[in-house]
Amino acid sequence: MILSGWGNFPKHIARVRAPRLEAELKAAIADGQAIARGNGRSYGDSAVSISNTIHMRHFDHMLSFDDDKGVLVAEAGVLLSDVIDSFLPRGWFPMVTPGTRLITLGGAIASDVHGKNHHLDGSFRSCVRWIDLMAADGSITRCSRNENAELFGWTIGGMGLTGVILRCAIQLRPVQTAWMRQHTISTQNLDEAIAAFEANLDKPYSVAWIDCAAKGDKLGRSLVILANHAEPGEVPVHCRKNVLKAPKRKKRSFWFHFPGFVLNPITVRLFNAFYYFMGSQGSGHAVVDWDSYFYPLDTVHGWNKMYGKRGFMQFQCVLPLATSREGLTKLLQAISASGQASFLSVLKRFGPQDSPLSFPMAGYTLALDFPNTAKARALMPKLDAITLEHGGRFYLAKDSRLPADTLATADPRAADFAAWRAERGLTTQFASAQSERLKL
Amino acid sequence: MKPVLILGARSDIARATAHAFAALGHPIQLAARGTDNLEADKIDIETRFNVAVTLHDFDATEIESHPTFVDGLPELPEIAVSAVGFMGEQEENERDVVAAAKVMRANFEGPALVLGVLADRMAARGTGTVVGISSVAGDRGRASNYIYGSAKAGFTAYLSGLRNHMAKRNIHVLTVLPGFVNTTMTEGLETPEALTAEPAEVGERIVNAVKKRRNIIYVRRVWWWVMTIIRNIPEAIFKKLSI
Repeated sequence: MILSGWGNFPKHIARVRAPRLEAELKAAIADGQAIARGNGRSYGDSAVSISNTIHMRHFDHMLSFDDDKGVLVAEAGVLLSDVIDSFLPRGWFPMVTPGTRLITLGGAIASDVHGKNHHLDGSFRSCVRWIDLMAADGSITRCSRNENAELFGWTIGGMGLTGVILRCAIQLRPVQTAWMRQHTISTQNLDEAIAAFEANLDKPYSVAWIDCAAKGDKLGRSLVILANHAEPGEVPVHCRKNVLKAPKRKKRSFWFHFPGFVLNPITVRLFNAFYYFMGSQGSGHAVVDWDSYFYPLDTVHGWNKMYGKRGFMQFQCVLPLATSREGLTKLLQAISASGQASFLSVLKRFGPQDSPLSFPMAGYTLALDFPNTAKARALMPKLDAITLEHGGRFYLAKDSRLPADTLATADPRAADFAAWRAERGLTTQFASAQSERLKL
Repeated sequence: MKPVLILGARSDIARATAHAFAALGHPIQLAARGTDNLEADKIDIETRFNVAVTLHDFDATEIESHPTFVDGLPELPEIAVSAVGFMGEQEENERDVVAAAKVMRANFEGPALVLGVLADRMAARGTGTVVGISSVAGDRGRASNYIYGSAKAGFTAYLSGLRNHMAKRNIHVLTVLPGFVNTTMTEGLETPEALTAEPAEVGERIVNAVKKRRNIIYVRRVWWWVMTIIRNIPEAIFKKLSI
């Protein structure tokens, strides 16, 4: 079938199987060039193997939950949204969550996703207690910080290239309510945005929406949004009966692909200006439900179709603290000069990260999306070059087009990983379209 | 909360329906032929929803065992859902009467009769809802799957009659007509996205329809339009079409 990531680009004709039993999974892996696929939310081709994509949707059983400690044991195909549905009413929330809850636990581990609390809590890795990994011969190895620690390290952020993640134990965070208290600061330019992040490093959650169409002295103007889990007394009065429950949001759907012309540089610029204006009007404090805060896009089913059939590309890099200001300025200048404004642009301060392969590092990360047009494709190498000049690196869960040599230059760990894989014969056993492109 | 019985519990739709009811706090009774590999589903539902789950051995095609099965349940359920069904291969069914009979029994005889027994016991108690998951394939026989389709047509007609009969006895009967659903049954088929529901969607629609005491639902409403058109094509034309 025709298969791609969430960005609908690139598309491959791939063989996909969805085994139900461990024995079936074992047989599927044995065919080689295997890659496990979760809910298909990584943007590019990391969960696509042309000859052997293994869909893990049937491995979605929860196995146990420790009500006292908040430790969940579950199969890799369980969705983060299922975890929330089950345990938020009991006072537990994921320790780390990205901007969508429609990802599997296996995918969260393979991409080592991060959230708005990275600066304090680190990446998804922080909440992973152990992983059961199936090797090419069907054997299952449990790995953790104490047991098979090397395998554990490479698996988290290893893009599914160390084996098939079968089960895991994750730590949840106790929360008092299903609500978030958020504080929006509108900043006039990049310096102000960075200052807002640096002044609020103690706030549990922080992220900025950045108007990347703004130029000149408005370059980098942002809405910096800080938040923390609300206390029961802060919950809207009409919802205080059960503070762990928030009203369900109405779902909307994109049933069809927008024609390509709908999102063009002009409409995107207008949207950005409008969004900034609305956000700056609403600056200040607000209490919002968890779903609106963490997952604003998830209620729009199939929002990726907004970009039309051509699909879209994500660009996400992180720059070290020392070069962040200069690097971000250059990136934003390059984007606004190209006229290719990104519809949704996100800036975030990362904290330190200690793991062999994961994306984050102490510094600033910028995430952008562009419709898959010739102009946008021409812009990408320019952004890559600026990232390299400033010692930055790239997020593989978002990548659909990075050249192998760019990755190798940006991230020497990629070569270490490739060597480690080759040594163990993993290179041909587990492979994705992405790993082949990037020579991992 | 009163228990909900799921018959044919191994299917994707059954599991999603069990989830949707368990999410409301209902204890769940899972019934299927051979319960050994249902243990994982039991633990899954208990972990997710903090409700009790019991497993029950049940073979829809063993008609004689239905009354003992129903009377042997630890508690007569408040809501009973039949997700029993088996599509088979149309080509094989055309050649082999035994295979065809198996499809007819699994989709009509078995589920209809067990829901009849359940409705009867519920009527004696005074409350209850039975839910039959039938199929749009039963709305009109088509060359590509008329063995399965005719059995579903029989099941749909049975549910309609049962609803009429039970309406006077305070028992509600819901007929569910899923169109394409992304399950094992449709694996490998390329079905149009707008017409294909996810199992979780089926579960949610069933829960809402039970709550609102709806009679007949098409899981995706667009299917009502599709089937109304298909039903109204004159036979002289229809017989020459391949749809």
